[in-house]
Amino acid sequence: MVMEIDCKGMYYKKLNKMIRDAIDKNETEFILHNINGQRYIGNGINEKIKITINGVPGNDLAMFMNGPSLIVNANGQDGLANTMNAGEIIVYGSAGDVLGYGMRGGKLLIRDNVGYRTGIHMKEYKKQVPVIIAGGVAGDFCGEYMAGGVLVLLGLDKDEDTPIAGDYLGTGMHGGVIYIRGEVEEHTLGKEVSVLELNDKDIKLLKKHLGEYCKHFGLDLEEVMSKPFIKLLPVSSRPYGNLYAY
Amino acid sequence: MMSELPPEFIVKIDYDRCRRCKRCVMNCSFGCMQFKDRVVPEHKNCVACHRCTTFCPESAITITSNELAYKENANWMPEIRKNILKQAQTGGILLTGMGNPKPYQILWDHMLIDACQVTNPSIDPLREPMELRTFIGRKPDRLEFAHNKDGEIDLVTELQPQVKLDVPILFGAMSYGAVSLNVHRALAMAANRSGTLMNTGEGGLHKDLYPYAGNIIVQVASGRFGVHSEYLNTSAMVEIKIGQGAKPGIGGHLPGEKVGEDISKTRMIPVGTDAISPAPHHDIYSIEDLSQLIFAIKEAVDYTKPVSVKISAVHNVAAIASGIVRAGADVVTIDGFKGGTGASPMVIRDNVGIPIELALAAVDQRLRDEGIRNNASIICAGGIRSSGDVAKAIALGADATVIGTAALVAIGCRICQKCYTGNCAWGIATQKPELTRRLDPQVSAQRLSNLLTAWSLELKEILGSLGVNSIESLRGSRERLRGIDLDEQTLKLLGIKPAGVGQ
Repeated sequence: MVMEIDCKGMYYKKLNKMIRDAIDKNETEFILHNINGQRYIGNGINEKIKITINGVPGNDLAMFMNGPSLIVNANGQDGLANTMNAGEIIVYGSAGDVLGYGMRGGKLLIRDNVGYRTGIHMKEYKKQVPVIIAGGVAGDFCGEYMAGGVLVLLGLDKDEDTPIAGDYLGTGMHGGVIYIRGEVEEHTLGKEVSVLELNDKDIKLLKKHLGEYCKHFGLDLEEVMSKPFIKLLPVSSRPYGNLYAY
Repeated sequence: MMSELPPEFIVKIDYDRCRRCKRCVMNCSFGCMQFKDRVVPEHKNCVACHRCTTFCPESAITITSNELAYKENANWMPEIRKNILKQAQTGGILLTGMGNPKPYQILWDHMLIDACQVTNPSIDPLREPMELRTFIGRKPDRLEFAHNKDGEIDLVTELQPQVKLDVPILFGAMSYGAVSLNVHRALAMAANRSGTLMNTGEGGLHKDLYPYAGNIIVQVASGRFGVHSEYLNTSAMVEIKIGQGAKPGIGGHLPGEKVGEDISKTRMIPVGTDAISPAPHHDIYSIEDLSQLIFAIKEAVDYTKPVSVKISAVHNVAAIASGIVRAGADVVTIDGFKGGTGASPMVIRDNVGIPIELALAAVDQRLRDEGIRNNASIICAGGIRSSGDVAKAIALGADATVIGTAALVAIGCRICQKCYTGNCAWGIATQKPELTRRLDPQVSAQRLSNLLTAWSLELKEILGSLGVNSIESLRGSRERLRGIDLDEQTLKLLGIKPAGVGQ
C-alpha cells in the first residue's frame, strides 16, 4: 500500500510523526503532496521505505537517514543528507548549501546546481562510501575537509564563463575523491588538493555511478562521459601534520 | 636543526638502592629510561609523568625540576623562553594538553560556605535522610492537575524528558581517540554504578559500551564523528558540542598517531590521518540554525531524550546561553577556561575564555532575569576539583557539575600535559595497545566510583551543616555563600556578599 499525505499547511512535527507511526505499522511507501518547506523529512529513519516528495522540502532533509529512498520532484533547500548513513536521495532540481555534511554513506543525486560547502567533511570506511553527484555547478568551499567519499560535478548546460566550482575547492581535504567534468582554474583550488588524470579504475567507478545518474535524469551516459574529467585528490593524508611544535 | 632546549627535569637514580630490575625502563613510554649496564636516564626525554617513580620497587628514583636550566628572571620566565626556543626550532603552533596551568585567581577558593548555629539547627547527614538526587532536563512553567473519571487527581501537564542523577556530578566529555577504550569502559561502568553519566566526547561510541546506554551522553560535534541514528538513540541524553573551555572558538585535530584501525572505524576516517574537527558546525551560523540542529536531533530520538548544548565560557556567555535556551535546548553546559583537553594550541588554552565561576553566575542570573531558568538545566564544567567546588557551583546556580581532569587523576593521570603525543604512560590518553592495557577498567571504575562516593558523603556533610536536607535546597542559594578577598565588582558579578556581612 502507498500512503498519500496532503501536507498543505501541516507542521513538520505532525508530518514526520505520521510517517514514523505508519512505518511502525509496516507502511513502506509514501507520497507527500503540497510539501512546502517542512523540515527533517526522512530524519533518522532506519527502514528501507520510499518517500516521494512533491514540493520543496525544508532544511535537513534526510538528516541521520539510514536506509530510505527519497525522490524530490522540486528543488531542495539547505542541509540535505546531513550526517546521512545510508539510502538514496534524487532531486529533480537544484539544492542549497551544506549538502552531505559529514555524510557517511548512501547517495545524493542532484539534477542541477548545488550551493556552498557541498560534501563538507564526508567520510568513508572500507566499503561504506557516500556519493554525491550534481549535474550543474557548485559554490565555494566544495568538498571542504573531505575525509572520504566520492563527489562528482558535471557542469552540464552551464555557460562557458561560469566556473564549475567556486573558490577553495577541496580546501582541507584529506581523504576521498572529487571528479570534475571539465577544468578548474588553479587559483580556485584549496592548497591541500592536487589535480590528476583519471585512470581505468576511476573511469570504471564513474561509469557505474553516472550510469545510474543518467538513468534517473534521462541523460545519455556516453554523451556525459564524452568530455574529459579531472580528479582531485588530497596532497597528504595529514595536511596539518607539521603545523605544531610538540 | 639541533635542539637547544635544556632538559626540563633531572632524573636521579640512587644506584645504591637500584637492583637493576629494569621496571622503570619497561614503564617509561617517553624514551627517558635506558639501560646500559645500569639505568641511565636521558633527562631531556623526561616529562615528569612519574610512572617510573611509582613502579620502582626500591623507591630509587627521584625527579626534580632542572633548577638553573634558565638563569632566573621574573619577566623572561623559563616557560616563555622554552616556548620561544621550541618555535624557533620548528616554526609551529605550540601544542599542549590538560587544562590551563597558569596562576589565574581561582574564585572557588575565594568563596566560603555558610553553616547553621543555634537558631536553625544543622542536620546529622549520617543518620538522617539527605537527598542528592537531581533531575536534568526542561521543567514546566507550571503544573496542571485535573480530576479523572474515577475522581482521582491526574497530572495534566506533559513533562519533558528528564535524566535522573543520583549524584550531581557527571564525567566530562573525553573522546574515544583522545582517551583509550579502557578509559571509556571505566567511565561507563563507574557512571552506571554511581547513578550518573559519562560523555562520549566527539569520537563516537564503541559498540562495547552500548549496554551502558542509560548512563551515556552522546556528543554531536562539528566533525560529526561516529554520529548516526543508532548512536543518538544509544544514550540518556544528546549533547551538541559548540565549544570547549580549553579551546573556545577553535576546532581540533586528533593527531594521526592516535588514529589506528579501531578509531578509524568508529570515526569513519582513514587510518593515520588527522581527525579534523572544524571550528564551527557548518550547519550552525546562528541561534536559528542551532535550533534547527536541536530539533533535528529531537526528531531523530523521537523527543525521548533531553538535548544539551555545550559552550565555552566566553565574554558574552549569558546572552549566548539565553539564545541556546530559547532555541530549544533542555540543558546548557558551560565549560570554563580551566577545563582540560587532549590537545589544544597553548596560546588559546592559556589566554582565551573566562573562569567558570563568573560564567555560571552570569548565566544563572540572566536566565532568572528573563524568566526562563526553568526551561533548561545548567551543567557547569571546567575546573571542578573537589566536593567543595561542587557545593559552591550548585549554590551559584548549577544543576550539576562535571569532572574531567579530576576523574583522570583518580585513575592515574599525573597531569604531565603530554596527552597530544599519544605516549601516555598511564594508558589514559593513548591508543597504543602496550600502553592502553596498563589501565584496568575494573579497577579504574572502582576508583572513579570511590571518588564519587567520597564526594557524595562530603556534599551531605556540607548540606547537613547548612541545615538543609536536599541538594535542591542549596541550588541557586547564593545567600549561603560569602566572598573573601574579592573586589566589589567581582562580588557583584558572583551575586554574593563579602564575608563578615550577615543577612
